[in-house]
Amino acid sequence: MLDESVIQRTLVTALRTGGEFAEVFVEDKRSSAAMLDDGRVEELSSGRDRGAGIRVVVGETTGFAHTADLTDEGLRAAAEAAAAAARSGGGGVREVELTRQSAVRPNRVAVLPETVAKGTKVELLRRADEAARAEGGSIRQVRARYGDSRRRILVANSDGLLSEDDQVRTLFVVSTVAFGDTGMQTGYESLGRTVGFELFDRYQVEDIARTAARRAITKLAARPAPSGTLPVVIGPGGGGVLFHEACGHGLEKDLVDKGASVFKGRLGQQVASPLVTLVDDGTMAEEWGHYAIDDEGAPAQRNVLIEDGVLTDYMWDHLRSRKDGRPRSGNGRRQSYQHLPMVRMTNTYLVGGDGDPEGIVSSTDHGVYVAALGGGQVNTATGDFVFGMTEAYLIENGEISEPIREGNLIGNGPKVLVDIDAVGNDFAMGHPGTCGKDGQGVPVGDGVPTLRVKALTVGGTAG
Amino acid sequence: MSDLVDIADAVVAQAGDDEQLEAYVGRSTDTQVRVYQGEVEQLAVADSLGVGVRIVHEGRQGFAYCGTFDREALAETVNEARDNAAFGEADEAAGLAEPDGVEPADLDLWRPGLAEVATDRKVALALELERALLAADPRITGVESCDYGDSLGETAVVTTTGIRRSSRVTGCELVAYSLAGDEDETQTGFGFSLGRDVDELDVEAAASDAADRALRMLGAVQPPSGRLTVVLDPWVTAQLVGIVAGTLGAEEVIKARSLFAGREGEQVAAPFVTLVEDPTDARSWGASPVDAEGLATRRVPLIESGELRGFVHSTWTARRMGTHSTGSAVRAGFKSTPTAGCRAVALTPGDRDAAALLADVGDGVLVQEVSGLHSGVNPISGDFSTGAQGLRIRGGALAEPLREFTIASTIQRLLHDLVAVGSDLTWLPMSAAGMTLVVGDVAISGA
Repeated sequence: MLDESVIQRTLVTALRTGGEFAEVFVEDKRSSAAMLDDGRVEELSSGRDRGAGIRVVVGETTGFAHTADLTDEGLRAAAEAAAAAARSGGGGVREVELTRQSAVRPNRVAVLPETVAKGTKVELLRRADEAARAEGGSIRQVRARYGDSRRRILVANSDGLLSEDDQVRTLFVVSTVAFGDTGMQTGYESLGRTVGFELFDRYQVEDIARTAARRAITKLAARPAPSGTLPVVIGPGGGGVLFHEACGHGLEKDLVDKGASVFKGRLGQQVASPLVTLVDDGTMAEEWGHYAIDDEGAPAQRNVLIEDGVLTDYMWDHLRSRKDGRPRSGNGRRQSYQHLPMVRMTNTYLVGGDGDPEGIVSSTDHGVYVAALGGGQVNTATGDFVFGMTEAYLIENGEISEPIREGNLIGNGPKVLVDIDAVGNDFAMGHPGTCGKDGQGVPVGDGVPTLRVKALTVGGTAG
Repeated sequence: MSDLVDIADAVVAQAGDDEQLEAYVGRSTDTQVRVYQGEVEQLAVADSLGVGVRIVHEGRQGFAYCGTFDREALAETVNEARDNAAFGEADEAAGLAEPDGVEPADLDLWRPGLAEVATDRKVALALELERALLAADPRITGVESCDYGDSLGETAVVTTTGIRRSSRVTGCELVAYSLAGDEDETQTGFGFSLGRDVDELDVEAAASDAADRALRMLGAVQPPSGRLTVVLDPWVTAQLVGIVAGTLGAEEVIKARSLFAGREGEQVAAPFVTLVEDPTDARSWGASPVDAEGLATRRVPLIESGELRGFVHSTWTARRMGTHSTGSAVRAGFKSTPTAGCRAVALTPGDRDAAALLADVGDGVLVQEVSGLHSGVNPISGDFSTGAQGLRIRGGALAEPLREFTIASTIQRLLHDLVAVGSDLTWLPMSAAGMTLVVGDVAISGA
């Protein structure tokens, strides 16, 4: 993407005023999208973002600057700005030897989206619209969106690292509105993988559209959600966001270091039910949170965070691992070259157990079954978190019964982890998600088998 | 006029004979300082810029953007937008804005002095905030983040249809998240101060807010489930008002996604409720003299005395509904196309302050923070359920702190269940203003 000698010169400039560590992150991202709404292909859009972010570390201080100008002069100006921002004292000249690393698991993409005719992408939208509307006359509105991105990155730093990655992601989303006596209800379904256009050889957009339509239609008959604390069963695939919020963020070492995590100082302790083994795994090929190297050049890894309920590790980026003198875990990520990296999750999932999914439901006398979760939010310092249910049902006398309307559930991370009393054998990965932290969004994946939490507060209105 | 207009002119000059072309150019210079334990943890300085190109040809629209002013890249972007337009479906209402004779308000939103403020002074402000927060109370144990940020932003819109306008705005902020407690318990709180220039920032106010909001949560317990009167803190009110405003965008109405479609003239809220969008109010954080299509912004009444008056419009929504744009086109920067939306919406304040309202309520819950607005609120069905924390109100005064509960209703009901609007209007860093708001009979889910 850039000449090695240019990168080398930029790093030397960045270090000239006494920096201890310098890094150049170059990104060239092309994206395209097509949207159908209200029965009409509204618009195709395409974009290009290309630039470099440069950081310089002096002591505890990180200076950062970015530029869209990738010429020698543009990079030099950014390097000087980053070095000045790090307010360095010393001086002198440091040499930087770069060693190009080959990615451990390069991404395999069969069909680059940029090689696919725009008309072919538009056709997917029309098929989805038709399939969703065919689910029933109550479907009043359909929006279908196709999106792809190709993100090429290069990371080089003053430790000599030089590494590149080429990340291709393809996404298809359908949202519907159904209209009935009780007003409007919405349905949503998405498909996203870190692959190219071959995604649509394996999955049919009609299936995505039908699921989105069915969700909206089902909810037309939904009752108000219950209000109060109940057992909650979460269906396979749909519920990874529970762990993402209940403990994932709390295991990010930057938050732990600042005392802003309830999991601080708990390594080696039993923090969850023995049924819980939680993994964050950036190597899961094709999953939404997959990559070959993170945005600091470290190879993605499979990291076991909780094993049989015992907290085994946190997640780390370059700064935090450097400070603690340990290897990185491949969790240093950033939204774009305009952002500083920080500790982020990749694909976070609960390992499947041996429970019979039907048995988990039938042994629940009265509770809520959540088939699909929406997003969530956590306060890592208190551990309190919420997550939304977008498709949920009552469980009465051990059977899934009527659908309920949307709402949030609220719980406390450490308590919920202990309260997990059943884990099924039907593990499935969930849906593509975007995780937000400190204003930056990055793609993440998640997965769970069927599981039960003994007690969660369901935020409905029905007494 | 800004040099951005020249850049936009050069792009617009590439339009073909029978096509409409819009160039939307944005540039911002930002500084972000984060301090931790008396030292600078991060300091970032950056210029961000780019151009979004919209082309309408025979009723079909295409869009492309690039994050640079490089001439070659801009030409490529124009071609890409043109190519994209060939794949859209024709729409009679498609088209760019045209001058409508409304002059933009003269708003004082740009303080050139901000560009001259030395980085050292910005760092000093953030350090001062951290010191003030840590000194506020011995139970403040740490600072999760303590930031200074500023931005000088400029935009220009030029079209082949006669639009040629630019606007610029400065802003800066101090924000801190505090940690309070002891071995057994941690609570968090935030405080901030906003200004167009650094002289308007109030370190003490930000520090004491961040401290107070965490300290008063110490010892919080989960309340029992039930129905109670809820008093919303201005911060929470602004978020609720923002959600309601989101349902009043005409695009949502046209596409059958608004709760309020076809309900103009109906009583949709309690009779004392008036909601107005007014980006020409310079106090609002979203103030702007021009909208994202280059038309003058203006005051738009949305709800008057509880009655629905209308919606906010962009050029496209206005054509579709046979009316005029209200100058309410919004877009998320140069990377996206415009839609109709609010940028400075506020309830008309009542005449009683927060203390008087608490006394009136007598028995209830003050909600000081909500979470999961994106996951538990559905602006199409109206289902409303959020995580919450706050304080019990007993005998008209604040009592014990409460956490790990939800408040739930529907957007439709909430508007009718409003009991009072406070006099304490505050503009916050979002598209809506806040004030104390009292809502009767809200479902609380807890233990």
